[in-house]
Amino acid sequence: MLNRKKNSRLSNEVNAGSMADIAFLLLIFFLVTTTIDIDKGITVKLPPWSNEEVDPTKLNKRNVFSVLVNADDQLLVRGELADVEVLRERTKEFIMNPEKREDLAEKPTKAIISLKNDRGTSYETYIQVYNELKAAYNELWTEKLNTIPGYSDAIFNSDLPIAVRREVRAEIPFVLSEAEPTAFGEE
Amino acid sequence: MSKFTKKRGKASPAISTASLPDIIFMLLFFFMVVTVMRSSDRLVDVIVPEATELTKLEKKSLVNQIYIGKPKEQYRDIYGSAPRIQLNDKISDEDDIPIFLEKHKIKVPENQRTKITTSLRVDGKVTMGIVQDVKTALRKANQLKVNYSTRPSGK
Repeated sequence: MLNRKKNSRLSNEVNAGSMADIAFLLLIFFLVTTTIDIDKGITVKLPPWSNEEVDPTKLNKRNVFSVLVNADDQLLVRGELADVEVLRERTKEFIMNPEKREDLAEKPTKAIISLKNDRGTSYETYIQVYNELKAAYNELWTEKLNTIPGYSDAIFNSDLPIAVRREVRAEIPFVLSEAEPTAFGEE
Repeated sequence: MSKFTKKRGKASPAISTASLPDIIFMLLFFFMVVTVMRSSDRLVDVIVPEATELTKLEKKSLVNQIYIGKPKEQYRDIYGSAPRIQLNDKISDEDDIPIFLEKHKIKVPENQRTKITTSLRVDGKVTMGIVQDVKTALRKANQLKVNYSTRPSGK
């Protein structure tokens, strides 16, 4: 009799009242340590390393859109000074060549963007320029995409099926050649 | 009239807190899943520039980070004030990049190794010289997928 009484006492339920406190403590720990830093950026594909540099001057001049950024963060687009603001429109005009001008790209598949900078160029400016070039292509890709049936309102982004993206990019390929920078103005 | 007073007197049940632990546990699991332990202390100051054409980096395990920037105030005595490269948790040179990449690579399953992306977190004020050196080192090491980390701009 006495034994039975003891047993029933031992098998009492565990007090769950403090469970919330423990959970709270852990929760606060994870709240503090958590860093939801979304990793975003401009994805690029670097060209494979080779000892011989591709010389864009050997190509047909009308197909090359040269952008130079110097150590003072000034822009030279096809031989003339320009602003970052106009770069996007000029790039688009160059690639598509809507008026079939003699000095712009023959067709989008032949267009090459040549980007060159000094070692003293600030990274911020470089990213701005790169962003504008990429934006020009993204806008053209979206325009192209909208001519495909079923995608008339779509925006070109990585959520699209890969086959569709390939098709669009085959018609307007993003070819960007980066020359070795000149050694001006390094800190 | 008496009907109403009767009801009033009855309506005072305490809110049950029995489901509170469940709710807290749910939150806890959410944060446990989302959380990424910061693996390395930042030794250099990095404020990445702004841009609009962004792509998200999906898998954290397939990304390795290279920081470039000026050393923080408290490390200036040791490392100077010129921009430096930080790999993992120490200041390095571009010669250390191949080993750094290799160390990350062996942690990744073999069939996913082509998807490894290097995230370059570079301070906006840094000049292109050091960035170019890193890019050259990456090209030589055949690590060609690169992401220039940027903030979305407020445009």
